[in-house]
Amino acid sequence: MAKVPLTREQMVEQYGPTLHYTPAGGFKTVEDYDQLIATHCCFCGQQCGINLKVKDNAVVGFEPRTDFPFNKGKLCPKGVKRYLQGSHPDRLLHPMKRTEKGYERISWDQALEETVRKIREIQDKYGKDSFAMLSGVSLTTEKSYLVGKFARLALQTANLDYNGRLCMVSAGAGNKKAYGIDRASNHWEDITKAKVIFVIGTNIAECFPITTDYVWRARDNGAKLIYADPRMVPMARTADLYLPLRPGSDSALLMAMLHVIIRDGLTDEKFIAEHTTGFEETREAVKDATPEWAAKITGIPAHQIEKAARWYGEAETGMILHARGLEHHTKGVENVVSCANLALATGKIGREGCGHSTITGQGNGQGGREHGHKCDQLPGNRDITNPEHRKYIADVWGVEESEIPGKGLSAQEILNEIHAGKIKGLLSICFNPLVSLPDANFNREALDKLEHYTVIDFFLSETAQHADIVLPGSLQEEDEGTTTSGEGRVIKINQAITPPGEARKDWEILLDIANRLGRGKYFPYKNTRDIFEELRIASRGGTADYSGITWDRVEKENGVFWPAPQTTEKGKAAKRSEDLDTNHPGTPRLFEGGKFYHPDGKGHFNAVHWRESAEVVDGQYPIWLTTGRVVSQYLSGTQTRRIGPLVDQYPNPKMEIHPRLALKLGIKDGEWVTVKTRRGQITVKAMVVNTIRPDTVFVPYHWGGKQSINMLTQRALDPISKIPEFKVSACAVSKATPEEIREGEEAQHLANKTENLPVSYGINDRRKDFSR
Amino acid sequence: MSEMRFFIDPIRCIGCKSCMQACSECATHKGKPMIHLEYMERGSSTQTVPMVCMHCENPTCAAVCPADAIKRTEDQVVQSSLKERCIGCKNCVVSCPFGVPRYYPEMDQMMKCDLCYDRTSQGLKPMCATVCPSEALFYGTLEEFQSRRKGTPINTFDFGMQEIKTRVFLVAPDGYVNLSMDVMHHLDGRFEDNAYDHLDPFSHLEAMPMSGGLL
Repeated sequence: MAKVPLTREQMVEQYGPTLHYTPAGGFKTVEDYDQLIATHCCFCGQQCGINLKVKDNAVVGFEPRTDFPFNKGKLCPKGVKRYLQGSHPDRLLHPMKRTEKGYERISWDQALEETVRKIREIQDKYGKDSFAMLSGVSLTTEKSYLVGKFARLALQTANLDYNGRLCMVSAGAGNKKAYGIDRASNHWEDITKAKVIFVIGTNIAECFPITTDYVWRARDNGAKLIYADPRMVPMARTADLYLPLRPGSDSALLMAMLHVIIRDGLTDEKFIAEHTTGFEETREAVKDATPEWAAKITGIPAHQIEKAARWYGEAETGMILHARGLEHHTKGVENVVSCANLALATGKIGREGCGHSTITGQGNGQGGREHGHKCDQLPGNRDITNPEHRKYIADVWGVEESEIPGKGLSAQEILNEIHAGKIKGLLSICFNPLVSLPDANFNREALDKLEHYTVIDFFLSETAQHADIVLPGSLQEEDEGTTTSGEGRVIKINQAITPPGEARKDWEILLDIANRLGRGKYFPYKNTRDIFEELRIASRGGTADYSGITWDRVEKENGVFWPAPQTTEKGKAAKRSEDLDTNHPGTPRLFEGGKFYHPDGKGHFNAVHWRESAEVVDGQYPIWLTTGRVVSQYLSGTQTRRIGPLVDQYPNPKMEIHPRLALKLGIKDGEWVTVKTRRGQITVKAMVVNTIRPDTVFVPYHWGGKQSINMLTQRALDPISKIPEFKVSACAVSKATPEEIREGEEAQHLANKTENLPVSYGINDRRKDFSR
Repeated sequence: MSEMRFFIDPIRCIGCKSCMQACSECATHKGKPMIHLEYMERGSSTQTVPMVCMHCENPTCAAVCPADAIKRTEDQVVQSSLKERCIGCKNCVVSCPFGVPRYYPEMDQMMKCDLCYDRTSQGLKPMCATVCPSEALFYGTLEEFQSRRKGTPINTFDFGMQEIKTRVFLVAPDGYVNLSMDVMHHLDGRFEDNAYDHLDPFSHLEAMPMSGGLL
């Protein structure tokens, strides 16, 4: 039973989060460093270029990397302070085993042996698929590829999935349906050339801050900005047109916009005829979707919907940007294809200043999901159920096709099966589902039921605290490899330091486990470059074709946009990566000339019919609850809740509520409130702001324990992408009772008490092993 | 004198505090930002305004300093107080028309933005303007700004009888800016019985009249 061995207070005292403020060796002057390593930020999908200052094998600061074309030195606060995760007192430095009294230090040999013994024991008893693996897209593409191969060939399980399941899968699935390929349609420079920018369901100022500069550059050139969001987020306040739609009503707005575009003759008939299929069904589906109809569903005035449609339809060029606000729904895929319908109907795709792009939330959300640690995919964005695709990868891996397991369960489904007692063992790497998946109480119960759980991570996250065996892995700056940014640019992560203490590089740990499972012959890598070279062959011919990309090219050209396929017959037939050609320049802009990636070469319209979210408000739960991010925190907060200056910026979750709703409920600014859904309740402080719809409350999701809004969200999934519906829940809000306030204060105290931890931590103090 | 100028464009500010976090990295003020971020009023607006030292031509802070601790360099950068001279009287703090200098009791000294003198004197940009994601802070020549950007840069300010010219420009937006951001103003004839397909939790509230959008 993988239960947390100590009380929450004891775990916090031993493993943090500790708020870390000062760089190793103190603050440095501009020149005080040994080396400046050009690499990228470890956080969101923008993957900004950054120089890390290194001194005495520790990252001690940063310098802006103005030569990297995406951000030209710009950074958000997370990028600025990212270096503080190094030399952090919470860093896991040696393998550990859970005992009744907490974690005890063990040797690598013992940790690996015990993990392998448990894998064998569980799989012998319950079958191969009873041992699952969960992965993360903070990993480089090389590691993601390795995890995919490791799970299929070393663990021999079908049940592998990744935390990108909570991020962009709706966009990926929608893009594939519409365009036949899963990538942002354009490099970000095209944003600056657009005459109208339609942003829906993304708080770009707080989630992807550098993107705001691209939008402003377009606006300096005269572009109009249309912004749709239930909250007046920072970019929305300056928009030329702001559409405060009700959570869950996105597709109604998009259908009505298409209705107006068709009604007013703003479609590009030539483009539709020559380059698309399925328009008639889509036209029929939006026949009755009038602005007046959509106004009732969305709450946006009909004339504003008309204006948005006309601005987008009439403009010579236009760009649609969206993110999780559109995608975190049980109809996330429908929302995405509704945006694609707008782009295809107006021919605003595949040319300068035109496009439709999702904004990648996670660091390597793009590269990570293309190469095989997604439950339904093999490298190169290949389909694991397609016999030809399976055969190709089986040949690359040197196995029979039958040896590659079939399609496995998605992330939430794996937790569901653990809860149901069907999956008994788990290996996870850089994924904190206890904070990031919905219905946290359910997932906690699930983790408690595991017969064995081994985690590879660098901090002991809320989920990792359930592990039987803890294997200390590596931070991004402790290894090298590539990632792919949100605009589709493959970039190079460079190693700045070596892992501290006994911590090891993640890929070395996986290789060791594979060896001990007797499957080492499939993993003959000496370094991560070897993995990339195999990935080039494995991805060749897939839609995510990396075969023409080399590390050297990536460094020299400051990134290469995939796909970069083979151009010569020799390259197309090559068995070894040395024989692949590198002639293709890469593809910053997809679909030029109206050529799409479906076998018929066309863009596909997908008819969407309006339907409601999985849960809607009612008498008992009358308020819409939606969730999202704040600029100083990142995802489940495993890293950012340990960086003092970032925590200080937004220390605890707050509930945003409109003054009218606050008045009705008798709530004042700063007062404790309890938010309750059918799954659970949390008590947080209210922030009374008129920048949110009065029927909706918002709580950010980066916190764990009793501060976790994901205790309240639901496990309803999009039927295609299997993304949970984080963005819509029905909730009730009330003033907190004295007992609830005590709980809220206690949760705050636990999240922030670590500033005052004593210097010494007793006999199991890990900090004394910390050599820097 | 350097042609480089510093521009503050509040309309672009996204309130991310990247500037403050980057400024706090400086070895001379270890962890303390010398740039500050003001909120208009968070309850009713997401508008934020970053504020640095304006580097006045005739700095009032220096004029009122009884210890002559505040110096201005040849290239018009007004420095923090000299540690050995500052007597902590806070005259500069109360006299600055822009409200910039701050007195730090633990150091017994006034400190403020010195335009990253360690960087700008070597041809680098100030840290805050380098990292600012939205270019609400911009460092370049006036010509460069005007060729690329909208808005009117202003560096002459009237404070009663006092006219102040600064090296730092504040950018006034083109046209009217509505700082009241009540989402209600952008909603439909809300809260009528048939306004939603679902239960309307605000059915007892009167409908709000529509008003125009922002800008």
